[in-house]
Amino acid sequence: MYMIVVNGQSRTCAPGRTLRELLAETGYAQRRVAVEVNREIVPKSQHALREILDGDRIEIVHALGGG
Amino acid sequence: MNAQLQPNVAIDDALVIAGRAYRSRLLTGTGKFKDLEETRRATDAAGAQIVTVAIRRTNIGQDRNAPNLLDVLPPQKYTILPNTAGCYSAEDAVRTCRLARELLDGHALVKLEVLGDQKTLFPDVVQTLKAAEILVAEKFEVMVYTSDDPILARRLEEIGCVAVMPLAAPIGSGLGIQNRWNILEIVENAKVPVLVDAGVGTASDAAIAMELGCDGVLMNTAIACAKNPVLMAAAMRKAVEAGRDAFRAGRIPRKRYASASSPLDGTLG
Repeated sequence: MYMIVVNGQSRTCAPGRTLRELLAETGYAQRRVAVEVNREIVPKSQHALREILDGDRIEIVHALGGG
Repeated sequence: MNAQLQPNVAIDDALVIAGRAYRSRLLTGTGKFKDLEETRRATDAAGAQIVTVAIRRTNIGQDRNAPNLLDVLPPQKYTILPNTAGCYSAEDAVRTCRLARELLDGHALVKLEVLGDQKTLFPDVVQTLKAAEILVAEKFEVMVYTSDDPILARRLEEIGCVAVMPLAAPIGSGLGIQNRWNILEIVENAKVPVLVDAGVGTASDAAIAMELGCDGVLMNTAIACAKNPVLMAAAMRKAVEAGRDAFRAGRIPRKRYASASSPLDGTLG
């Protein structure tokens, strides 16, 4: 198992999974989010292609109320 | 893009930001409301066409079925203005803007704010200048929150910001415009829209900003934290419109002594 960090929380991830699969698993498949892996933005078009690697630090962000 | 956001639509006295014309000169924040329904109703009462949003980490496992802000304020209807609130360095602000652009499908308009400290939430102007340079180079359309310093406002305009947004007073303070002479100086020097951002407390504060010649007002707390946010939003809409009309109408000069309103001829002898 790989160890990754998603939004600051450690979790395990099976080798070979893609970013798209991770987003589906965490409930963000159909939601408007932006994703960074190791501080680099991964565009939506690349989510299905980007394989998650051991030690990846992933940020998933969305828009919420703010001034 | 919705018809109301098209630049070619003829709007009387439009506010033009980055080539897009807006009827409303009141921009509103979406934070601090009780719930999304109140956000929607207040935004509607304000007549706002540009609304700010924050970019934050999702709460994994907690917001799976929660309604989303952008479902309530759809980007097809509103110009979404992602902000960099909570950023204390140019690096964090630039990172947030890049994420916002990805989130909003290549949308370039952003509100840049880089804060100096948590007590005052005053802008860190050195970091703000640095971030503005990077963002403009990356083809962002930058509406920049800044202090009420006319020299700094000019520098930010020179860098290529599409709007300069000096504070009236500290964010959320409700103190109103603290230095109207500085705001006036910024307005008179600027070739890009000047919007007062932050510190407005009530309707008269917004009207004063517009009477000084500001192109618009951006506010959040004054509406969201009023006892009746929807009613305050409506009041702010009217204040911004009244202040704008008064500015365009041209006020009378201030004089120390009276000037009779009725004719002096024909008074009874």
